[in-house]
Amino acid sequence: MSVVVTGLGVAAPTGLGVDAYWANTLAGAGALDRISRFDPSSYPARLAGEIRDFVAEEHLPGRLLPQTDRMTRLALVAADWAFADARLVPSELADYDIGVITASHSGGFEFGQNELRALWSKGGQYVSAYQSFAWFYAVNSGQISIRNGLRGPSSVVVSDQAGGLDAVAQARRQIRNGTSVVLAGAVDASICPWGWVAQLTSGRLSEHDDPRRAYLPFDEDAAGHVPGEGGALLVLEDQQHATARGAHVYGEIAGHASTMDPPPGSDRAPTLQKAIQRALADAGAVADEIGVVFADAAAVPELDRAEAEAVTKVFGPRGVPVTAPKTGTGRLYSGAAPLDLAAALLSLRDGVIPPTVNTRPSERYELDLVTGAPRRADLKAALVIARGHGGFNSAVVVRAPEPT
Amino acid sequence: MSVKFTIDDLKRILREGAGTDEAVDLDGDIAESDFEELGYESLALLETGGRIEREYGISLDEDALADARTPAALVDLVNSHLAAQAV
Repeated sequence: MSVVVTGLGVAAPTGLGVDAYWANTLAGAGALDRISRFDPSSYPARLAGEIRDFVAEEHLPGRLLPQTDRMTRLALVAADWAFADARLVPSELADYDIGVITASHSGGFEFGQNELRALWSKGGQYVSAYQSFAWFYAVNSGQISIRNGLRGPSSVVVSDQAGGLDAVAQARRQIRNGTSVVLAGAVDASICPWGWVAQLTSGRLSEHDDPRRAYLPFDEDAAGHVPGEGGALLVLEDQQHATARGAHVYGEIAGHASTMDPPPGSDRAPTLQKAIQRALADAGAVADEIGVVFADAAAVPELDRAEAEAVTKVFGPRGVPVTAPKTGTGRLYSGAAPLDLAAALLSLRDGVIPPTVNTRPSERYELDLVTGAPRRADLKAALVIARGHGGFNSAVVVRAPEPT
Repeated sequence: MSVKFTIDDLKRILREGAGTDEAVDLDGDIAESDFEELGYESLALLETGGRIEREYGISLDEDALADARTPAALVDLVNSHLAAQAV
């Protein structure tokens, strides 16, 4: 059974909505800038990819505002856009025939920070009753489910950046088990002091102040990443269900695999290559079918090396175009890979690969990195890679729809 | 003379703590409407009760709070606590 994507909802620092995001991504726009949501001057990392034009009150009912973190507001709106794009009204489906599966990196940190501040400065009576769920990893799935009446299989996946792909894979499993439609993906947003100090503990945040030199994967000057906020939600659908209702199909979620790296200090090899090969096998695809790879693009030299080695071992040195449009948005944690999936599907649709911005590719990695300008290409399938802190590796193959 | 809790106080606290449902006019005649019809689930009422407690320095019994199904009933409940406190 094929599982296809019939709707995209995008909330990214480089654009709200699919059309704005895609136009800006092809144009190589960058949204990295000094943090405006709090004063970052006392922190070692001061840049982020912020969404600056989102006004929740314009999109969401008043009852939802006091009970939602920023990431949930963005996710609820992205969900609305995804269903609208799919021309699908969830309430018109049979009960239990549509679910939602999201990934989350950290939950609603900004909401939680405000409530913790109230707790310690004023007392427990001042903590919102909504803190009970507003901070929680699963809250985006829960709020999307309630708002849209999605009572089918629903859950949350937590595996950092890899989770964005693992959620899509779990949605594909549920559709294969008989659910017609599952909304899947992730939106993360924790650009607040508490979220920031948590992210700093990774030791992987760039401390540069020049947005054009701060996040440079596969560059000799790579020195960590810049975080961003946002992500994407995708309407995944049983192909027969999509065909029966005459839906537009962006492409098929053709293959997925996830692996776990050995612990630090182990003499065993990292396992990203295996994840890529198994995702290809799951898709019934050979390496030559893949027209573009959307890289994880950690911008930490040893991680860039590990990713480049995995890609070149599967595809050969400079054997496949590679890109990382997340250089324009920053790393969106769980939201990153669903956004890359959206970009990959749009690349398949338009026959064009969006550029990696700012990076000057190092020769040592032997990657054909698309930089400077979008590249035309006849694309049949794309590979999206995502890695999570702690050894998570995931890969997804998307395939263009059969020409009709 | 004790402090009186009015339905306007309740509306203000509902707006601040739980927001309002676009389909509901809180300024209309809502005193006898069930909170559920007004779009407020149990958690919204828990938040509302907490805000009333800290603003008025009273402690509402959880069961009594859950039994107050309408704005009028909740206003009465709060006023009975305020009156008891003033004695």
